[in-house]
Amino acid sequence: MIPQAKVEVRVERVGSGALDGLRRLGDFCLLCVRTWRSAFRRHFPVRECLVQIESVGVRSLVIVGITSLFTGLVLALQTVDSLTRFGAKPYTGSLVGLAIVLEMGPVLTALMVGGRVGAGITAEIGSMVVTEQVDAIRAMGADPIQKLVLPRMLAVTLSLPLLTILADIIGILGGLLIALQHGITRHFYFQTIFSSVTLDDFISGVAKTFVFGWLIAMVACSNALATRGGTVGVGHATKRTVVIASISVLISDFFLTKILLTIL
Amino acid sequence: MSDLANDVPAIEMHKVCKAFGRKTVLLNLDLAIRSGETYAILGGSGSGKSVCLKHMNGLLRPDSGHVRIDGVDITHLSESALIDVRKSCGMLFQSGALFDSLSVFENVAYPLREHLKLSKAELAERVKECLAAVGLSSSQSLMPSELSGGMRKRVGLARVIALQPKTILYDEPTTGLDPGNSRRIGKLIRSLQERLRVTSVVVTHDLELCFAIADRIGLLKDGAMVSSGSVGEMRDSTHPVVRAFLRGDQDASLDEIESS
Ligand SMILES: Nc1ncnc2c1ncn2[C@@H]1O[C@H](COP(=O)(O)OP(=O)(O)OP(=O)(O)O)[C@@H](O)[C@H]1O
Ligand SMILES: [Mg+2]
Repeated sequence: MIPQAKVEVRVERVGSGALDGLRRLGDFCLLCVRTWRSAFRRHFPVRECLVQIESVGVRSLVIVGITSLFTGLVLALQTVDSLTRFGAKPYTGSLVGLAIVLEMGPVLTALMVGGRVGAGITAEIGSMVVTEQVDAIRAMGADPIQKLVLPRMLAVTLSLPLLTILADIIGILGGLLIALQHGITRHFYFQTIFSSVTLDDFISGVAKTFVFGWLIAMVACSNALATRGGTVGVGHATKRTVVIASISVLISDFFLTKILLTIL
Repeated sequence: MSDLANDVPAIEMHKVCKAFGRKTVLLNLDLAIRSGETYAILGGSGSGKSVCLKHMNGLLRPDSGHVRIDGVDITHLSESALIDVRKSCGMLFQSGALFDSLSVFENVAYPLREHLKLSKAELAERVKECLAAVGLSSSQSLMPSELSGGMRKRVGLARVIALQPKTILYDEPTTGLDPGNSRRIGKLIRSLQERLRVTSVVVTHDLELCFAIADRIGLLKDGAMVSSGSVGEMRDSTHPVVRAFLRGDQDASLDEIESS
């Protein structure tokens, strides 16, 4: 028998946890609406947007390049090996191409950028919250959502698809290196890719990343603005962003794929 | 006093209550600040002075009660409706709250860029004036991380006066400053009030500053104003808490009095 008091405490904890989650979800939705609205108000932050695109997009090039190169290499290595067992080695290009364009490119890029950029956004805005800089923006009659959230949302949403296209290309080139080693000619490799990967495949892969980017930015900003409790709070918020952003990417990927498969 | 008693107060707080979680910070706080006066809020550390100040421009909203600015109830105004209130009401934060990512110049220019359409030269001119007023003309291009605590506070003040607000809320303007700069800030606050009829609310521990610049003083304790009056009245006050505070044995003795 568990004493009743203990049960009550547990129930209360579950209840308050659930309420907390709901509140966060509510805040998240509210933030999305407000961010959307702030885009149409005076003082659109053009400069800040460019700065953010630089910091989100351009500075992610290296990490995206390395990730996709090695993904392509490993993927091709495994594929060549497995397919050889079935005597289907010539299909290496098709498989590598499809895997990268449909899933590996978009999702890995989103996860890497989500970790790097999401954590960065939460740490930066979270610190601004605890040092009253966000309050200072409000006190000056400006809108922190328009000044801070909107530029980051736009920057991540627009950069991620471009980074994904880059990742697709580098990943496929990585696969080519392995294919060449295994006696598949460059010409044949690309031919198999172009004959099996359709434009729709490519578009549906890239289209998903608009949603991923938007999700990552909004999760990061929403966590950041909810930061409480000094620098420790910033740490917690940052961790939460990395976890929630990655999970949201994976979950939304499933549903987006389902939807895209039916409509394309 | 030229202000008539029936004038609408510049800032009025009526039965304001505010709690964070289970911790009650303000409890039925009543306060009226006349237009053009300098009102000093005294109180022990953690007594809720900063929280009180943040209600005056809508950064915090009361759990119950009302805050009126020039007679307009701002308690339930939306953030966008508060913009006009905030444009004419500058706030100096206790920590300075400078933007870390922007240089001193850009920090001071921030509200100007936001609300005024100035040419580059005008902007630079205005920023220079404001920095000169706080004695920091030579630090324009530094980043906030390169400044001392006192310098940050002064840059914060420069940023506040940049828009020439009608009302200024100062949260401990002289804490962490050397005596010379303290006096300079005191003079600045006074001259803003005299030249531009700025309504000032000054939260401070600095009694010297308080007596030098304030028209009226309020003492905050246990979430409400325990006493409020002109500098003279407060000096002659027989209220034990006020006397203890003005004697300079602040928090410790306040608690002693309470327990005795
Ligand atoms: N955002 C907040 N969340 C939770 N509690 C808060 C918050 N802001 C203030 N408090 C609490 O309210 C109380 C009053 O805080 P406040 O900052 O107003 O004190 P203060 O009078 O300005 O003190 P000091 O002179 O040290 O600046 C403190 O006990 C603090 O714990
Ligand atoms: Mg304070």
